[in-house]
Amino acid sequence: MENMDKYENAFVEALGVGRADLAGLEYQGIPAWDSVGHMQLVAAVEDAFDIMMDTDDIIDFSSFEKGKEIVAKYEVEL
Amino acid sequence: MAFWDLEAAPSSAEALVAAEGPVTYGELAGMADDVAGHVLPGQVVLFAASNAAAAIAGYLGFLRVGAVPLMSNGDAAGETLVGLEEAYAPEFVWAPEGSTALVGKEPVFSLEGYCLAKADSPGCSEANPDLALLLPTSGSTGSSRYVRVSRRNLQSNAEAIAGYMGLSPCDRAITTLPFSYSYGISIVNSHLEAGASVALTGCSLMERGFWDLFRASGATNFGGVPYTYRILEQLRFGRMSLPSLRFATQAGGALGEDMHRRFAKACADKGAGFFAMYGQTEATARISFLPPERALDKAGSVGIAIPGGSLRLEREDASVVDAPGEVGELVYEGPNVTMGYATCRADLSRGDERGGVLRTGDLARFDEDGFFYIEGRKSRFLKVFGNRVGLDDLERLLAEHGVSAACTGEDDCVRVFVENGEAELATELLPLLTGLNHAAFLVAAVEDLPRSESGKVLYSKLGGGR
Repeated sequence: MENMDKYENAFVEALGVGRADLAGLEYQGIPAWDSVGHMQLVAAVEDAFDIMMDTDDIIDFSSFEKGKEIVAKYEVEL
Repeated sequence: MAFWDLEAAPSSAEALVAAEGPVTYGELAGMADDVAGHVLPGQVVLFAASNAAAAIAGYLGFLRVGAVPLMSNGDAAGETLVGLEEAYAPEFVWAPEGSTALVGKEPVFSLEGYCLAKADSPGCSEANPDLALLLPTSGSTGSSRYVRVSRRNLQSNAEAIAGYMGLSPCDRAITTLPFSYSYGISIVNSHLEAGASVALTGCSLMERGFWDLFRASGATNFGGVPYTYRILEQLRFGRMSLPSLRFATQAGGALGEDMHRRFAKACADKGAGFFAMYGQTEATARISFLPPERALDKAGSVGIAIPGGSLRLEREDASVVDAPGEVGELVYEGPNVTMGYATCRADLSRGDERGGVLRTGDLARFDEDGFFYIEGRKSRFLKVFGNRVGLDDLERLLAEHGVSAACTGEDDCVRVFVENGEAELATELLPLLTGLNHAAFLVAAVEDLPRSESGKVLYSKLGGGR
């Protein structure tokens, strides 16, 4: 699977959203992306790319777009 | 003298610290009395709680004057609030401006984003003069069953907690839990009792605002339910530098022995203590605690009774277990055992129905040193993200929306077996009905639920625990 697919899939699985709704999606923008959802999402992204994010990156992972910048720091090319 | 008198500290000492700045004990007393001036003893105030200075000032004001706050979550659904108003006919509502709770009410007073509004409620029966506070038994299934907490309950539990934690005026808790939740309230109460302070934030641990306030305010402690600790684990708590941290507390369900040990160790590495605790809203909040110096060698234990209370185990025939290892129902006795339940306004005139004794519904054992361990539960409820979720209540809620289902599961994971298809509808409904994240639910469709000849659901045949 392409990395972008994996990235999107993490959101779909963790937050139960459709791929069409991912652009512009933000933390607390939908009920499913609360602190529980955030925990699920971070775990899903970490599993997808076999990475361990730093505390600051987990906290800053506040939108679909911001997350792309963050995973790039872990040498994941989207 | 009670904590709501706010005389434990000099009036210039900080009581609350928010991102906007500190509130001293003197200022807090003034704010509390400004709110309290509008209400009368025995009146009921529907309280949409949040971790804001004005919310806490209102709470203290109501306690000072003898009005009774009916606690609900600041973001509770309109449906839940309407149900509470019907059941308890509150004279007033205290809620953040813009809250649905205020719709159609006449505003009488405002304080820092909170509004006191008069409800159109008929002259109602008097509340019992001992009654201080009404706490929800479940934050999520919209139940109107509340716990009646007396003034003595509140004060005794605050004193006991401040005592065993050794709280001093130098201590400062940072909020991690809702103020409508007994554990969240108990942290505020015990810190005020000790003349200490509380840093207030609406941010979750997943937000930068939380950690910025933690460091800027020099918080010395925080509390968490098991799910809080799972977040902390994901945030690599072990690697965080938190020099002001003196201790962390945990309650609201079992953490599990391994995780308990990891956090006890991680706290010790930071020079901080770790308090594993146990409690119930029916006991105001706290029932037992594990002293931090035993956190590692007694990992998995909920410890010993709080000061002023006692614990015992009873068998089915009410005889008392006297040997280590045998499992029995945990029974707590102490001055913080609440007066009883209420489901409607008329119940508020009732007196103490428990006489200081609480059958917890939890099964436990104790070891040869007298430390207690929870082994299971007699009643059909789960703790989900620290909230009690009654499985029968959940089935009733689903049935009201046309879904026939049986619920089982374990803490933080509710298994929902839906009869005759409709699994997708249940998946959609559950987060809406409970306000809980969809991750809490595992929904499966079954053709027919296993039933006994009398038609009762046979939960043991569904799998997935109790």
